[in-house]
Amino acid sequence: MKKRNLVLMSAMLILTLVAMWGCGNSEPKQQITVFNYGMYIDPAILDQFTAETGIEVLYEEAVTPEELYSKYSSGAIQYDVVCSSEYIIMKLMEDQELQPIDFTQFENIENISDECWAFCATFDEENQYALPYFYGTVGLLYNTEMVSEPPTSWDVLFNGEYAGEIIMQNSMRDSFMIALRYLGYSCNTTNPDELAAARDLLIAQKPDVQAYLVDEARDEMVAENAAIAVVYSGDGILACEYNENLAYVVPEEGSNLWIDCWGISQSCDNPEAVYTFLNYLCCREDIALQNFEYVYYPTPNTAVVAALDEETTSNTALFPPLGSLTNCEVYQLMDEETTALMNEYWKAVKAE
Amino acid sequence: MVKFKNFLCKSYVGIILFFLYAPIMVLIVSSFNNSKSRVVWGGFTLNWYAEIFSSTTIMTSLRNTLILAFGSAFIATVIGLLACIGIDAMRKKEYSLVMSITNIPMLNADIVTGIAMMLLIIKFMPLGFGSIMLAHITFNIPYVILSILPRFNQLDVSTFEAARDLGAGPVYAFFKVVLPEIIPGIISGFLMAVTMSMDDFVITYFTKGAGVNTLSTMIYAQLKKGIKPELYALSTVIFLFTLAILIAVNIITAPKKPQKRGGNV
Amino acid sequence: MKRKYIALPYIIWMTAFIVLPLLFVAYYAFTTSDGAFTFSNVFAIFDSIHIKATLLSLELSLACTVICLLLAYPLALVLRKLDLNNKGFMIVILILPMWMNSILRILALQMILSRNGILNLIFSWFGLGPFEMINTPGAIIFGMVYDFLPYMILPIYNAVMDIDQDLLDAASDLGASKATKLFRVLIPLSKPGIISGITMVFIPSLTSFVIPDVLGGGKIQLLGNVIEQEFITSMNWHLGSGLSFALMIFVVIGLIFSQKQETKDRESRVW
Repeated sequence: MKKRNLVLMSAMLILTLVAMWGCGNSEPKQQITVFNYGMYIDPAILDQFTAETGIEVLYEEAVTPEELYSKYSSGAIQYDVVCSSEYIIMKLMEDQELQPIDFTQFENIENISDECWAFCATFDEENQYALPYFYGTVGLLYNTEMVSEPPTSWDVLFNGEYAGEIIMQNSMRDSFMIALRYLGYSCNTTNPDELAAARDLLIAQKPDVQAYLVDEARDEMVAENAAIAVVYSGDGILACEYNENLAYVVPEEGSNLWIDCWGISQSCDNPEAVYTFLNYLCCREDIALQNFEYVYYPTPNTAVVAALDEETTSNTALFPPLGSLTNCEVYQLMDEETTALMNEYWKAVKAE
Repeated sequence: MVKFKNFLCKSYVGIILFFLYAPIMVLIVSSFNNSKSRVVWGGFTLNWYAEIFSSTTIMTSLRNTLILAFGSAFIATVIGLLACIGIDAMRKKEYSLVMSITNIPMLNADIVTGIAMMLLIIKFMPLGFGSIMLAHITFNIPYVILSILPRFNQLDVSTFEAARDLGAGPVYAFFKVVLPEIIPGIISGFLMAVTMSMDDFVITYFTKGAGVNTLSTMIYAQLKKGIKPELYALSTVIFLFTLAILIAVNIITAPKKPQKRGGNV
Repeated sequence: MKRKYIALPYIIWMTAFIVLPLLFVAYYAFTTSDGAFTFSNVFAIFDSIHIKATLLSLELSLACTVICLLLAYPLALVLRKLDLNNKGFMIVILILPMWMNSILRILALQMILSRNGILNLIFSWFGLGPFEMINTPGAIIFGMVYDFLPYMILPIYNAVMDIDQDLLDAASDLGASKATKLFRVLIPLSKPGIISGITMVFIPSLTSFVIPDVLGGGKIQLLGNVIEQEFITSMNWHLGSGLSFALMIFVVIGLIFSQKQETKDRESRVW
């Protein structure tokens, strides 16, 4: 018994020492703290960037826009640069959390398309706070073998035909957007009656819903566990590559057109390093292309688009023509009252 | 009849173990799947095993996880052992009070402990690796104490006193007489602490700083987007490595005669 | 120097990192965002939405605890009977699954339970199914039992193994039947183990949010999910703390209960 204890004790000590061995690392001179959605960057790029510029990147991820915003504003961590959906960027602008970006210092800024600058100008009038990263739509991903006919309307989610076969987005804003558009209202409504109608619709729909998921919806569809799912366009396209029975459509009632942008935090004290990072990631052609191939959402980088083959760029599901999506709305910043109301309604839907 | 009963008993143990290990088998099989999507079988590959070592993010999180697990377990064991020596000498009232505090982290929800730690730490220091370490040590100590303390209670005080009477100093007597008796408790406390630390997600999630990831938090971030197959491979490696150590230790130290029931570890 | 002062570092540590943080939670729980005193955050647990989540959580965690107990106690008795000559090896075999990350293991359960998952595949070989198992309360209970079973087995196993065989032999000699031995000797003597097993399964299953998230498909809202959302998505720390505080009241009740056992019987051990 003695021997056994001795062996165990020494094994413990050795393992502890081995674990501690890697501890002493010298800190690089420059560091930036980056905040982004999960799997929304090719992780190899971060290493390449550090190797090339000597700037170390502390990288943090969030799953949903709301999680990102509350983690950012809790102040537990000082972020230097943050990527989020346009309505979160608007909120951060309103909170005076962002500092103006001097785009003239970006070496390859001319690669960003005018269309996307115009898109950003809808909420960032002078184009001084937001650098476009990726954009896309919200739509239906469906399994052609499991639906009677290809859906063209949000109706399939609500008419009960596919009870138990539906996957909804586990995101307050997106779920309400769908219900509101289906009812013929704007997804930016502040009218409490319209929101209540949307809530009732979502509650009535709940028994038919198989699950409320975020990006896992893609895998569920690939595995043919459900017939229809609400997904972001990039996930939709990726799913179609894994399973050829799948197809992606933006319903005719219209949907949400979104753009994710980078903003630089007010508290960032090394904007030059962040400029280098953003130029490297978004504007430089080779890196932006590498990142596009990983993330697979439409990129605002014209040089990348030019380098792609015809088949890819003509896929309207992948590259929605920005001008023609007239029935798609961009989320606007909601006032606090509406946010609180929607929060409460969403909780009611989830608790049902 | 006896044989049949024995068989039934063994099958029951077998079923429980199968229940505990079946999901692990699924993960091990997934680690050989040559497809980025976990729901499509794309043929057999060993690629993910090679990829583990080339990914700095995975290697850093692995290192963080191991440093946290063994570091926090080690510190918790030292503090916990000292605490037990002291607690053992306490009178009933003090004893009850201290044990109540010891029980709090075990009885409190992880989410409450994690949030409470975060609220405290952000007042005094930036979140980072250190804050996770503090949190892990804190929730590990009770496991160590609850492993070691019963050994003290079983200890025969007279041997210690005999050693003192024979002229041994208190420290010498402790190492010569008390320590050998409580070592099994120390070992199981340490192992428990390592396990809890490796397995924890919630408390780490709330106390971690920017860019500091453990395997748990990295996996959680990828949960929604689809877990990278490298992580299945890595978990398989960790699992098999642990299993190998376990079997090795068992073979080296296998008792020659059947041990008395209620033996150690 | 008195021996009890050796525990001082521990007491200081726990005051700083256990007691103090809880005071912070209490502060947030009893204030509004303007810093005014209020009870509303704590009493919010009685809102219809929250009470629904609380009752469902209680229901699921009770079911989970009972199932774990029913699985673990016979296992402990069987292991005692088999008289393995290496108890430590058995314990490590039982905690080894915990070395595989818990989120990954739950994800594996999802692959097993989902509609085109492994279990339904096996059923289909026998011409059965497919069954809807995922995204149901049953799936959540299954996941919790899976995740927390070792916490039930270990303390009970330890307690049962520590029972002196002579006591059982004596009971037999005095003519006790098997049932009498079980209910009058084994269970009373392993009570401390049973109690720590129950608390260590009940509390985490009451507050878990990852398991309902993954296996409930976001359709089933438990108390842990509500608290997590208040902190993570709605950013209402005061309400989140208030609900956590209400949850702690459950825990304090449990603490008083277990403490009673503890002082009666200093021998109780968890592992």
